[in-house]
Amino acid sequence: MTGAELEPVLEPRSTSLFGDREVALVDILDRLLAGGVVLTGDITISLAGVDLVRVSLRALVTSIAPAPGPRELAVEERDGLR
Amino acid sequence: MSDALSYVYAVGRDLGDADLEGLAGAGVGEGDPRLVVAGGLQAVVGDVPREEFEALSLDDRLEDLGWLAATARAHHHVVDTIGSRRTIAPLSLATVYFDDDRVRTLLTDGAAAFTAVLDRLEGRAEWGVKVSMRSGGGREQPGTERPKTGAEYLRSRRQALREGDQAVARAEADAEEIDEAVRALAVASRRHRPQEQSLTGRSERMVLNGAYLVDAGAAGQLTSLVGSWSEHPRVRVELTGPWVPYSFAALEGTS
Repeated sequence: MTGAELEPVLEPRSTSLFGDREVALVDILDRLLAGGVVLTGDITISLAGVDLVRVSLRALVTSIAPAPGPRELAVEERDGLR
Repeated sequence: MSDALSYVYAVGRDLGDADLEGLAGAGVGEGDPRLVVAGGLQAVVGDVPREEFEALSLDDRLEDLGWLAATARAHHHVVDTIGSRRTIAPLSLATVYFDDDRVRTLLTDGAAAFTAVLDRLEGRAEWGVKVSMRSGGGREQPGTERPKTGAEYLRSRRQALREGDQAVARAEADAEEIDEAVRALAVASRRHRPQEQSLTGRSERMVLNGAYLVDAGAAGQLTSLVGSWSEHPRVRVELTGPWVPYSFAALEGTS
């Protein structure tokens, strides 16, 4: 892993209540997909597919986040899939 | 059948229309959140297009990343705005009912369970603590000599892997200590799966993705505790919150 050149700039930032502009989508999804009151609605949505969602999410998140280089990504795609 | 479904964001017990101020057009699908009342509880509900949420199409939609992101953000925005004003039990993403009558039934039938959740969340907020390895933290600089033989290469490769493992193990031990210290300030805790690097867009490996339910009065202590780790040599500790307590809103079995 070539950490040094990818060192992200991480400024502490306030996250939620009272203005959610800066909240990372991945933090929201951790909570919205794995938290909240879980009820069986009238239309059953299987969130058992969450893993699948998370897998495809990487494409999305890397498209909004400062993206790592393509080589790095390719490796993680392969290693990270479950 | 109507063309709209009732999407439920959250349930509260002391919500009024004033608590929805500023949310017009801010719901999922740019809908207007409103209140549905029954059994002494209020559900925050919005109309969503039926065809968009029909079971079959929804599975596809969850794979539609733009849709998922927009829906999650809108859901969060509604919950977060109201949650900053009142205690609410947030629902998981995309809970939909055929109509408001079904939502009223839900409130009436589930009144005791919702009340128990609201009691637990009252006066508390969720905070997230994420612990990641600092790049190169605690790791020896690898030798720069080029291996001369294959065996030498393999030896040095194994050594690097061992050192990597040790660095991860050390960071995980650090994370355990951090988790324990934070738990001492919390009334409940839960771990989410560490976020993968490709999701965070960062190169550091995350070793803890914790959620903690904390009394409003202890928030200051938590902030200084996390601040005390800002110079930690091996791990980076990041605090997020306050969140509406999504991670602690599960209905307790049947109790």
